[in-house]
Amino acid sequence: MAADKVDPIHQFHINPLIEIPVGGYDLSFTNSSLFMVATVVVASAFLYLSTSSRGLIPSRMQSISEMSYEFIANMLRDSAGTAGMKFFPLVFSLFMFVLVANLLGMFPYFFTITSHIIVTFALAMLVIGTVIVYGFWKHGLGFLKLFVPHGIPGALVPLVVLIEVISFLSRPISLSVRLFANMLAGHITLKVFAGFVASLSTMGALGVAGSILPLAMAVALTGLEFLVAFLQAYVFAVLTCMYLNDAIHPGH
Amino acid sequence: MFVTPGYAQETAPASGDAHGGTTPVAAETGAHTEAAGDAHGKAGFPPFEPTYFPSQLLWLAITFGLFYLFLKKVVLPRIGNILEVRRDRIAHDLDTAARLKEDADAAIAAYEQELADARAKSNRIAQDARDAAKAEADAERKVVETSLNARLVDAEARIATVRASAMKDVGAIAEETATAILQSLVGSADKSAVAAAVKDQRS
Repeated sequence: MAADKVDPIHQFHINPLIEIPVGGYDLSFTNSSLFMVATVVVASAFLYLSTSSRGLIPSRMQSISEMSYEFIANMLRDSAGTAGMKFFPLVFSLFMFVLVANLLGMFPYFFTITSHIIVTFALAMLVIGTVIVYGFWKHGLGFLKLFVPHGIPGALVPLVVLIEVISFLSRPISLSVRLFANMLAGHITLKVFAGFVASLSTMGALGVAGSILPLAMAVALTGLEFLVAFLQAYVFAVLTCMYLNDAIHPGH
Repeated sequence: MFVTPGYAQETAPASGDAHGGTTPVAAETGAHTEAAGDAHGKAGFPPFEPTYFPSQLLWLAITFGLFYLFLKKVVLPRIGNILEVRRDRIAHDLDTAARLKEDADAAIAAYEQELADARAKSNRIAQDARDAAKAEADAERKVVETSLNARLVDAEARIATVRASAMKDVGAIAEETATAILQSLVGSADKSAVAAAVKDQRS
């Protein structure tokens, strides 16, 4: 029991709720799947219900939906131009999904789906895949100009192309690891400090007094984690916009 | 690789507690470390555990796909519509305000024009009245002056007549007086000599 309480890794365990073995794969509906569904339901319900009155003068909730809409729309327009607005639903969905998933993860006993590398990597590959497919579809081989910036001396071209290719290939990794590692590390740290409070409190009056420090730390970290939850969703959306800009205007 | 620091972080404070704490706690933390170690050995670090990768990918694709479609088809057009309606409404209201302001400006201009006209008209009326009064006064003065002049001329003529008749009488009176003086002084008077003397004196 005590082990469960203090084990900071326990929260990341995936438990199947409904077993669905298909072929050699385990496609079970797990707690992770449950929270994906929860994320989608919460985000959709909020966006849908808050805007259902279509008020000319927005209510508070409608204001939040409108602000997120304009926030992402401006972000995309600033970095990718008006041509980038065709990707607005994608960027907005990614932002809302990551944001709500991160925020839901802040509830005690809730599962944080973005703390699993496979989820963030899949989202990152969705972005990079969109960039590559749209880039080649729109510009054909001209998309490869992305790797050859303008105005560099001919002798440097191979080196620069190599660097550009490496930087392009590392994008999905950095995009996914950034989100994953932030959520994972944050939740582990939070759990460790909360665990200190629990284990110190079992040690009598001195321990209870001593547990104030990690408790204060845990409270501060909770605040920080809310910031990180928003910030990482924002960073994910901003980088998505910048990568999409490369697909739309590959010529730098 | 990620497992090791996480566990180091977790176990280090636990063993520190064990050293400083009482025996039951030490036993408990020891047991805990063991249990964690067991879990580690059994399942590995969950985020890197590939058992549920297919499940996570499948459910992510399903949920995110539905979320994307829902937002694209329902929510985003709706919010976009709300914002557009509001923008149109604001633009329309601003247009109306601008039009009303133009109307007000026109009304003010018309009012000022009318005021200026009225002022000019009143000035003209006053000027006319002044001119008419002046002309009348002039005419009256002229009449009075003419009549005065006529009377002056009359008076001068009468004075001249009176003077002339008076001057005509002066000779006779002087002769009479001189004759009377001479008679009372000398006793006799030569009328013709007196007349000659008077005439002599007068000329």
